[in-house]
Amino acid sequence: MQVPELLQRVGQVLLPGDEFRLDQEDNISLTEVSRPSRAVCGPGLRRSGARLLVCKSGVLRHKAPNVFWIDSQQKRYVPAKGETVIGIVTAKAGDIFKVDVGGSEQASLSYLAFEGATKRNRPNVQVGDLVFAQFVVANKDMEPELVCMDSSGRANGMGVFGSGGLLFTVSLGLVRRLLSPLSELRSDLEQLFPCELVVGMNGRLWVRSCSVQQTLIVANLLQSSDSMTAPQRKELFRKVQQGAL
Amino acid sequence: MKDTPLSNCERDFILKAIEEKKRLDGRQTYDFRRIKITFGTDYGCCFVDLGKTRVMAQVSCELVAPKESRPNEGIMFFNIELSPMASPAFEQGRQSELSVKLNRQLERCLRNSKCIDTESLCVVAGEKVWQIRVDVSMLNNDGNLMDAASVAAITALCHFRRPDVGIQGDEVTVYSPEERDPIPLSIYHMPISISFSFFQQGTFLLVDPCEREERVMDGLLMIAMNKHREICSIQSSGGIMLLKEQVMRCSKIAAVKVSEITELISKALLNDRTARKAGGRCGFAESMPQERITALKTDETLMETSDVTERANDIVEKAGAPPQTVPSPLVPAPGVGQVSQGQQNTWGLQEEDEDDDDDDDEQNGKETKMETEPQEEEKGAGDVVEISDSEEEEVVILTSETSGQAKNADSSSHQKRAAASKRRPKK
Repeated sequence: MQVPELLQRVGQVLLPGDEFRLDQEDNISLTEVSRPSRAVCGPGLRRSGARLLVCKSGVLRHKAPNVFWIDSQQKRYVPAKGETVIGIVTAKAGDIFKVDVGGSEQASLSYLAFEGATKRNRPNVQVGDLVFAQFVVANKDMEPELVCMDSSGRANGMGVFGSGGLLFTVSLGLVRRLLSPLSELRSDLEQLFPCELVVGMNGRLWVRSCSVQQTLIVANLLQSSDSMTAPQRKELFRKVQQGAL
Repeated sequence: MKDTPLSNCERDFILKAIEEKKRLDGRQTYDFRRIKITFGTDYGCCFVDLGKTRVMAQVSCELVAPKESRPNEGIMFFNIELSPMASPAFEQGRQSELSVKLNRQLERCLRNSKCIDTESLCVVAGEKVWQIRVDVSMLNNDGNLMDAASVAAITALCHFRRPDVGIQGDEVTVYSPEERDPIPLSIYHMPISISFSFFQQGTFLLVDPCEREERVMDGLLMIAMNKHREICSIQSSGGIMLLKEQVMRCSKIAAVKVSEITELISKALLNDRTARKAGGRCGFAESMPQERITALKTDETLMETSDVTERANDIVEKAGAPPQTVPSPLVPAPGVGQVSQGQQNTWGLQEEDEDDDDDDDEQNGKETKMETEPQEEEKGAGDVVEISDSEEEEVVILTSETSGQAKNADSSSHQKRAAASKRRPKK
């Protein structure tokens, strides 16, 4: 529809209110087998009638063949199905836990949604504990729902965790950068100290290292690299490495 | 909206760090965060940044009838606004317990200490006096709102100019700033509040607690003092028992901090005055129209690395050779990242499966090649999104239609060939 126009702007900064026209195709030929190229709109883009509107500020990104989205540095998390997040248990209510994930609403987590949990064998979860969990329901009109196991009933890394480490928040953009397969940030980080890192898509990070000092250093480095360009970050990491090792 | 709850792990970590004399932002026990004072375009408008805490104070004046009991004294009015902008936990329009507490403390700090000459605010005794109103709005809450508010309020009061008034017979004329220069308030001294937080029933003490430290603390002691070391108000909350020595020590620390901050305020006021005299842009107005993106602007993060060298050396000496398993971070499943510490990683299986497939393919060699190639293509173009990626093939794919398909096929066959050629050296 408007793919060539979109492609031209890939990598550019777009602002809310920018728009793309969809050319109206009134007559669709029946003989034509292949439909003309279609664009799949990700976060930050939305269709409004004959227009494609930008509704977040950020850089337009593209993934083959036709997925487009806006890469923004927002902080407010909006739950999405399938994403893994770090939540804080805020209440036990009957057979569900209420979990704060940083979204507009608290998510619910059934006590049966843990590996090996049965009606008799309840998981040991206290109010204030951290859970690493995955969204199974995340609609805008419904209460989001978390589970701590995958479709085959295995924990798969999820569950209660967090003793001895530090939880802190960064922007969602930094989290995505950390999780991308060829993350420079991560490769920079791993040259510093051995540390354990849990990354939630909701912008929460949990770090544990050998000592309190090192944990704090890693946490502060990650928080400050949120607003740094790659050379600045490399310089800072180098400085820390020289000072520390 | 409720505030983000504090997790047990944060609480434990903060307490453990305090026991080791470490703080979350790398400060020492008695360090204040960086204080920045900016002025607005008008007189009497002042922004104070204390780390990430941000407070705005605006002073205004009005001619009113004085109180019956004090017919020749002006009126001071203080108002603290906790807007939801500062923190989602603050509600609009309702006086919360915190805002009442802050308001009372500010009043005690500034009004009851008689730091402003209220008699000079009298215009006609018993009939007209100036009412000075100080509105303090919280713009961001990262702990220690009281200190930021007190600095903002007193700085704004020092910066404020009220219109000049002339009296001829029984006629009172208020002159506009163009006719006569506005006059500053007469301020005797500058009381500044300093907060101390106590942990573990008073065993540990921190100056200028940040938001997370405030949530963990057992008790709070606020001392308002001026640079002559006169205590203007002192208040302890949180229900902890303090020893006499502790209070004395706090007041000594407060004296040092107050003299530093007072100096900063007078320097900021002087700067502003010279800037205004020179007629240039000043204060907040200066930062407004600059056409540049401030997203990447950051204050330097303070970080303590002094101690680390020795510690690292210790660790290296004790541990001998570092574990060999460190180099590659494993990403077993989306949302999971670990730079491993050498233990077996059992998180997730998806990616590992793919890896296994690849290995299998390589072993099986040419028979399975046809199947594996599409997978490889996907990996090459699909999963990794980078800005620097050349996206040549994708563009070709997207031109669609029949010719596009032909090209597509062409390019994919080209890719296959490329992939095959890539593979050959491996074998």
